[in-house]
Amino acid sequence: MTRWLSAQIAGRPVLAFIAVFTVFPFVIPYEGLAAQVLTYGLFALGFNIIYGYTGLLSFGHAAFWGLGAYGTGITLAKLGIHSLWLGLGAGIGAAVLVGVVVGYLCLRRRGIYFAMLTLAFGQMIFFAAFHLSEWTGGDDGLRGIPRLPLDLPGLTIDLDTPLRLYYFIMVVVTLMLLGLKRILESPFGAVLQAIRENPSRAEACGYDVRRVKLLAFTFSAFFAGVAGALEAIRLNFVPIDALYWTTSAQVVIMTLIGGAGTFFGPFIGAAVFLLLQDWLSLVMESWSLVIGIIFIAFVLFLPKGIWGTLLEWLRGRERMEADGVRKQRERQNQAAL
Amino acid sequence: MAELDWYLLSSQAFTGLGLGVIFVLLAVGLSLIFGLMGVTNFAHGSLYMLGAYFTFTLLTLTGNFWIALFGGAILVGVFGMATEVALLRPLAGRSIDDPLLLTFGLSLVLVEAVRLIWGKAGLALDTPSALTGAVDLGFIMFPQYRVFVIGLTAVVLIALWLFLTRTNVGLIIRAGTRDPLMVRALGFNFNAIRTIVFGIGAALAGLAGALVGPLGGVYAEMGVNIIIESFVVVVVGGMGSLLGAVIAGLVIGEVVSFTTLFAPKFSHLAVFIVMALVLIVRPSGLFGESGLME
Amino acid sequence: MENENFKHSLSRRRFIAAAGASAFVLPRWSFAQQGPIKIGFPTPLTSPYSIEAQDQVNGATLAVEEFNLRGGVLGRKIELLARDDQLKPGMTAQRAKELIEKDQVDFMSGALSAHVQMAVNSQTKPAKMVYISISQANAITAVPDWSPWTFHEAFSPHMTTQAGGSWAIDNLGKRIFILYADYALGHDLNAGLEEIAKAKGATIVGKLPHVLGNPDFSAFIPKIMASRADVLMINNYGKDQLNAVKDMHNFGVKKRMKIFFPLITFTGREDLGPVPYEEVYGGASFYWELAAQNESARRFVNGFQKRFNRPPGDYAGYAYSAIRLLLESVEKAKTTDSDKVAAVMSGASYDTYKGKQWMRKCDHQSFQDWYIVRSKPQKAQKGKYDVMDVIAKVPASEKLERSCAQLGHKA
Repeated sequence: MTRWLSAQIAGRPVLAFIAVFTVFPFVIPYEGLAAQVLTYGLFALGFNIIYGYTGLLSFGHAAFWGLGAYGTGITLAKLGIHSLWLGLGAGIGAAVLVGVVVGYLCLRRRGIYFAMLTLAFGQMIFFAAFHLSEWTGGDDGLRGIPRLPLDLPGLTIDLDTPLRLYYFIMVVVTLMLLGLKRILESPFGAVLQAIRENPSRAEACGYDVRRVKLLAFTFSAFFAGVAGALEAIRLNFVPIDALYWTTSAQVVIMTLIGGAGTFFGPFIGAAVFLLLQDWLSLVMESWSLVIGIIFIAFVLFLPKGIWGTLLEWLRGRERMEADGVRKQRERQNQAAL
Repeated sequence: MAELDWYLLSSQAFTGLGLGVIFVLLAVGLSLIFGLMGVTNFAHGSLYMLGAYFTFTLLTLTGNFWIALFGGAILVGVFGMATEVALLRPLAGRSIDDPLLLTFGLSLVLVEAVRLIWGKAGLALDTPSALTGAVDLGFIMFPQYRVFVIGLTAVVLIALWLFLTRTNVGLIIRAGTRDPLMVRALGFNFNAIRTIVFGIGAALAGLAGALVGPLGGVYAEMGVNIIIESFVVVVVGGMGSLLGAVIAGLVIGEVVSFTTLFAPKFSHLAVFIVMALVLIVRPSGLFGESGLME
Repeated sequence: MENENFKHSLSRRRFIAAAGASAFVLPRWSFAQQGPIKIGFPTPLTSPYSIEAQDQVNGATLAVEEFNLRGGVLGRKIELLARDDQLKPGMTAQRAKELIEKDQVDFMSGALSAHVQMAVNSQTKPAKMVYISISQANAITAVPDWSPWTFHEAFSPHMTTQAGGSWAIDNLGKRIFILYADYALGHDLNAGLEEIAKAKGATIVGKLPHVLGNPDFSAFIPKIMASRADVLMINNYGKDQLNAVKDMHNFGVKKRMKIFFPLITFTGREDLGPVPYEEVYGGASFYWELAAQNESARRFVNGFQKRFNRPPGDYAGYAYSAIRLLLESVEKAKTTDSDKVAAVMSGASYDTYKGKQWMRKCDHQSFQDWYIVRSKPQKAQKGKYDVMDVIAKVPASEKLERSCAQLGHKA
């Protein structure tokens, strides 16, 4: 039964996502938390593109999340532009633009040097935001982001209740998921995974590895930027620590716990991390101890994360079954001969 | 006026030296661990923090600063070795990123564990009475304790250099940094060597933390900020290069000190800018070897 | 007949079962409308300011318990929901959101440090919930952050510098070097000091920022010494003060100039002891030995001492005062509706723990006395908490704060 269910979920990921997350806010203590799972899940999904699918560990991804948030926030709060779409667009645009530049500069290196360069750029952006306090609010954060209504052709929807906001975010995230599915199922997606497995071989096959990596990094920044923009709307506020390296570290934890290189992994990781944090911090003071131990346990024993391990177990069973069927046929053939 | 400027610059240079030696102790340990094991030890800042806490407890128990200082460092070394055996050895042969991720998780755990055991508020570690007071260096009155820190670091580095160049174990370690496969093929117990190296690196971090305790206080978060700067130093020096770690450590210390004088708002950003510039000009750091950890 | 009753009771049972089940699935629906009055209280229990944060919780708890002993307010008990915000604005905003949406608190107080209280306000303002902040900030009483439901019990950095800076310039010297923490509090204190220096003809001979949480001040010493200032004013708080004092003492800075903390942290003096703090001056909103001179202070300090086995710090005082004012206003307004409670609090005069205070109507800033303290020398210190001498009082005055117009409020 579980096997069939998991197979169904793996086979139709977007539908499964819609099914789960439509009822999600009713199972979670409050909609704000459910919405936070979505925004952080999308952030982790973006990070997953560069880490799980391309195999590059970036430690500066908070920059794109933060740029998405600040871009949207500044447009709506400081520039007073009265359009939700323009606000979101500005945030996403900022994230993508910087993503291309940072990606270009950092992708010349690999491994730990790549990670350190992304970290350095992330900190530089943090520093800039901290000191440009006229625009960003500095360490007080960007306050006063209005909750604007959604303007669709012929229809204006207010987003002022937590539940409505949740569904708006869910719709956007679902669309992003559809986009990701398309990307991964395209030839581009196949090249990404080829690069992750063996970059030199991919290069030898004639792929422009540098260009593909830059594209992947840009997509990754795009997703993180959308997530950040949504988060700015959700909180009506952008805290300065959104850009600090500890936020980059959080998304690494979420992706690993959920399952790097899988479709659902990031959302499961975000859900586990945020729900644990929310519940544990009320019950005990040292909840990050628990999360740290869980993380270590995952690195040691479940490096593929929750969803990744589940998928592998599924495939293992399928293979065993397929093997069983094959062996049976062979025996039959043998008997026939 | 010109006299004042000379005094000012010399004073600033000396304080930079004081800052730099701590970076050196941390970077040398990190580089040693990375060079031999290929492990990016994100828990290095927490080992630094543990050094301060162990020293505090030993001081409370024995009342003797010297026992507490060296005992604390040794205890962290032992803890490091235990960590290597229990947590890092199982990761051998897996993805390069896994030890980084594991040590990162470990750093979270250690910070919280320390808060649980020693309390959430920080602790006060007193300078030993033999070292209170200041030394008149002419251009500045420098606290005796800080001069001691500089001197002790120099002694420790010399001892480490002698160990690596004059002893058999040291020779094996240096060989292992260059060619781990060959060393294993020659029949040496590489596992034991890895453990020893991690222990040495940890002890150096613990010593740095213990030394800093009387200066900046003992608190759980003390490793969190310094770990990033330590990585910057190691990358600038060249991952795996001990000479690079020493030089980069001193350079970064001076960078922080002089930017504090001339452009104080940028003093913590400056280290990142220096790193980015160095990596553009010399992609493997000042003394690093290309191809390492790519 | 029987069948109908049976059917009726079945469906009623089913309804109760469903309601019970939905209580599990939808725990945020509160079935009890007349439950306790809840006050949300985020504070950095895990942070370099954890002691002051606990102090805040203790002060608030004392006030809540005093009211509950008298039967609560409007016949309802008071419940304080303290949460750890870890001094992180992002975490704080989420906690505040949780307190508002999930715990359905009636009012909010708390927060230590400027940047974190702005995060709380970012959530309470759209929710139109009364938030009475108990730590220093300049922005919270100004447009555009201010709202009719935002109240500020603590001093603002501007007032702190006008009160303390004025005394320091008159008594310690006119050549000032400023060392400050590079974040909101530091910047706000700087702006205020520059203003008062100009007004009194003092000169600022140098300024140096340090990163928040900086453990090592050695790199700043050469420039400070070379400045030949009369007084070193250090604009920071908490652990940073302790580390600064240590380094200033060890490098002999105190031989050349006096040290003044516009906002002094008592725990630093308690931890380091009298020697490094010798001849160190500072400003504070409250010090427990005021109990000897003031009746309200005596009541507060005795109650706190009995309950927590130690005298209250200044932040305990803010918390106690804020909660008391809040609950007294709820009693007067006869409702927990934020609009009506805010209307009562705005312009209120009160005396909760140290003397007369009042909330200015235009910006909801609390005006109160300020005190100048000096570290108690070793031979005079009689107990662990006997660390300061109160050497001057700056009486409450609206002249110390920016005017309503300057803050952007229409008159």
